[in-house]
Amino acid sequence: MGRYVVRRLLQMIPVFIGATLLIFLMVNVMGDPIAGLCGDRQCDAATAAQLEKEFGLDKPVWQQYLTYMGNVFTGDFGTAFNGQKVTELMSTAFPVTIRLTIVAILFEIVIGITLGVVTGLRRGKPVDTSVLMLTLVVISVPTFVTGLLLQLLLGVEWGWIKPSVSTDATFSELIVPGLVLASVSLAYVTRLTRTSIAENRRSDYVRTAVAKGLPRRRVITRHLLRNSLIPVVTFIGTDIGALMGGAIVTERIFNIHGVGYQLYQGILRQNTQTVVGFVTVLVLVFLVANLLVDLLYAVLDPRIRYA
Amino acid sequence: MRGATHAKWAACAAAVALAATACGGGDSDSGGGSGDSSATLSASWGDPQNPLEPANTNEVQGGKVLDMIFRSLKKYNPETGKAEDMLADKIETSDSQNFTVTVKDGWTFSNGEKVTAKSFVDAWNYGASLKNNQKNAYFFGYIDGYDKVHPEDGGKQTAQTLSGLKLTGDLTFTVKLNQKFSTFPDTLGYPAYAPLPQAFFTDHDGWLKKPVGNGPYTIDSYTKGSQMSLKKWDGYPGEDKAQNGGVTLKVYTDNNTAYTDLMAGNLDLVDDVPAAQLKNVQADLGDRYLNTPAGIIQTLAFPFYDKNWSKAGMEKVRTGLSRAINRDQITKTIFNDTRTPASDWTSPVLGEAGGFKKGLCGDACEYDPDAAKKLIEEGGGLPGGQVKITYNADTGSHKQWVDAVCNSINNALDNDKACVGNPVGTFADFRNQITAKKMSGPFRAGWQMDYPLIQNFLQPLYYTNASSNDGKWSNKDFDKLVDEANAETDTAKAVSTFQDAEKVLRDNMGAIPLWYQNGSAGYSERLSNVKLNPFSVPVYNEIKVS
Repeated sequence: MGRYVVRRLLQMIPVFIGATLLIFLMVNVMGDPIAGLCGDRQCDAATAAQLEKEFGLDKPVWQQYLTYMGNVFTGDFGTAFNGQKVTELMSTAFPVTIRLTIVAILFEIVIGITLGVVTGLRRGKPVDTSVLMLTLVVISVPTFVTGLLLQLLLGVEWGWIKPSVSTDATFSELIVPGLVLASVSLAYVTRLTRTSIAENRRSDYVRTAVAKGLPRRRVITRHLLRNSLIPVVTFIGTDIGALMGGAIVTERIFNIHGVGYQLYQGILRQNTQTVVGFVTVLVLVFLVANLLVDLLYAVLDPRIRYA
Repeated sequence: MRGATHAKWAACAAAVALAATACGGGDSDSGGGSGDSSATLSASWGDPQNPLEPANTNEVQGGKVLDMIFRSLKKYNPETGKAEDMLADKIETSDSQNFTVTVKDGWTFSNGEKVTAKSFVDAWNYGASLKNNQKNAYFFGYIDGYDKVHPEDGGKQTAQTLSGLKLTGDLTFTVKLNQKFSTFPDTLGYPAYAPLPQAFFTDHDGWLKKPVGNGPYTIDSYTKGSQMSLKKWDGYPGEDKAQNGGVTLKVYTDNNTAYTDLMAGNLDLVDDVPAAQLKNVQADLGDRYLNTPAGIIQTLAFPFYDKNWSKAGMEKVRTGLSRAINRDQITKTIFNDTRTPASDWTSPVLGEAGGFKKGLCGDACEYDPDAAKKLIEEGGGLPGGQVKITYNADTGSHKQWVDAVCNSINNALDNDKACVGNPVGTFADFRNQITAKKMSGPFRAGWQMDYPLIQNFLQPLYYTNASSNDGKWSNKDFDKLVDEANAETDTAKAVSTFQDAEKVLRDNMGAIPLWYQNGSAGYSERLSNVKLNPFSVPVYNEIKVS
């Protein structure tokens, strides 16, 4: 187990370097960041040169990348164009997005798995058919439509919630945005669980468990669910990263100042430091989430052992 | 059934949670219903692009704040746009080149420090100095010695202060310009010329976290990127005291969300009604919707560095293109009358006396497909048989109008391929291509005035090698007339000379004027006396909250 973890951590290094290098190159290809900084008019040449020097943009890209990575390892992610440290931006944005992600994941786990188990156990029954229809609708409607619709109905028409999330972005404010963010994944989790449950229900170990006279509840939670959860856990695990990085649409609709907002601003203003910094952290989140998923397999199915 | 109970529990939890947010959400706007001069309002805001320093702020969002916390020598009247004395007791000159400024006595910064002549001189020297990277440094370019503190060629800075600025007393200083510029005092209302307290220089980082100025408001708290709350400053010595207790500026990622918040009673003031809502805004807000002219003009500029566009005869093609654009129809259908068809190169906010002249463009800006076709043929046709209008697609609704303009041109010329839009992904890249002189055809060129002077609509944009002359248009007659106008001490005469220069611009069609842009705003029932100034920024200090 320990060796496996170490090996996986070592494998992360090339992935990490490759991903950040790619992002770095992509952002740099977009053009000269200073050009957009002076608004609708041209910066005078002297100021532009001075700014380039300050942000290190006058050096060749490979050198910029090396300096950047060197700084990252000492915890310095550079400075955004508005004079704020990128780490400062991260310290305000990540907690908000992490809260939003937690809400979304909770919805996925609680509603998604529950619905999946219910429908998986009653395949072909009206409950199953209606939930399937519902998930189909959720999957096919784009997130921004769901988001704007809920915002309009709950926020403006009925006045149940505030249409926008305040600066604090507390858990209770994030419930509706979290649900919107989770909606599509939630539908997938339901369908994955349903299929998995329905498949395993006919397997030998479930029949054995039932034959042993175990109570139905124990058969389902201990034997059936535990084995059926492996694909679901894989999905939810990778979804953590996707939700954090992909929250741009949801965050924009509900005015949440999280990672998606900072990334969006960074791209619009072509702020290399912000974009690369945030993506670097997101890459790390992805990698760690994947590792955790793999380790969880062993917990769910003891036959899976890592040397 | 375990599964079923789970489902029930989850549904209940969701319902409870929704109800909880409902409880949390309802009580926000009930406060502040009674008191008037102490009640605060909330307004939409965008994240400023640069650190909030007067000489470093060149966009509207940061400008809004500076307008609330700073008062300068002059202030532009929110209704007429005329520059009026604020901190200036008098500004005297005999030759339009040497000015003596006397600062009014009795003004202080909100931290108690006195505003003196030194507050101005230090601030201006700071703004001009190359080592401080101030993006508005060029505003000090008229002052003598600018080339020493801000060498344009990127050479070494040989002086720390402007030789043209001299302190002559506690409340007086002199300004020597490097050229005659009679309307120079009228430019001094621009935020870049604001005075700065000593704290700005001694504790710069601290000041940036919480800027201190001398305006009607003070900053109470500032969370970068999300919210700034400003409070009325009770000790403010000026006449234009705040009529409300304060303003909370909330950063919105999307103006649609801000509008939704206004509809839900969650926000008091939106100063940018999203294009998508323009159709409903009248029904939603009635007379709480403002749509007033602002000092913004949209034009199409041409790449005069490209031989195809600068060769003889092309002025006919450019005029022809101008005549092929149906401005009336586009402003009506695409912009719902939030734009006014342009018929000169300035803006209606200047007023007749300030240099706005309706119809100065004449026939050249009137839609006439037949004349357009004829002119373009006479001029030798479109270069390469097609024009590509370049624009940035990331912000604004530029795509819609560029497509409409092209459509109009194509219809006029009976040619489906005469004009196509050429979107560029980001604004930064768009600017990048402009500075690199990579434009091959007309491109979007919006201009928001810095100060309400006809000079500001002409000189920075069309004078040879001027700071915003993106198309690199150059004309000796135009330059000569601008120089003459600047040297003219009589304002009326200066304005008419500027208009003569504008006629040169028209005859050569140096840029196609498209439309004047209006500022738009919507507000809640709690507010009254809401106005937009000529810069399309709400006049916050005059807003009354009930």
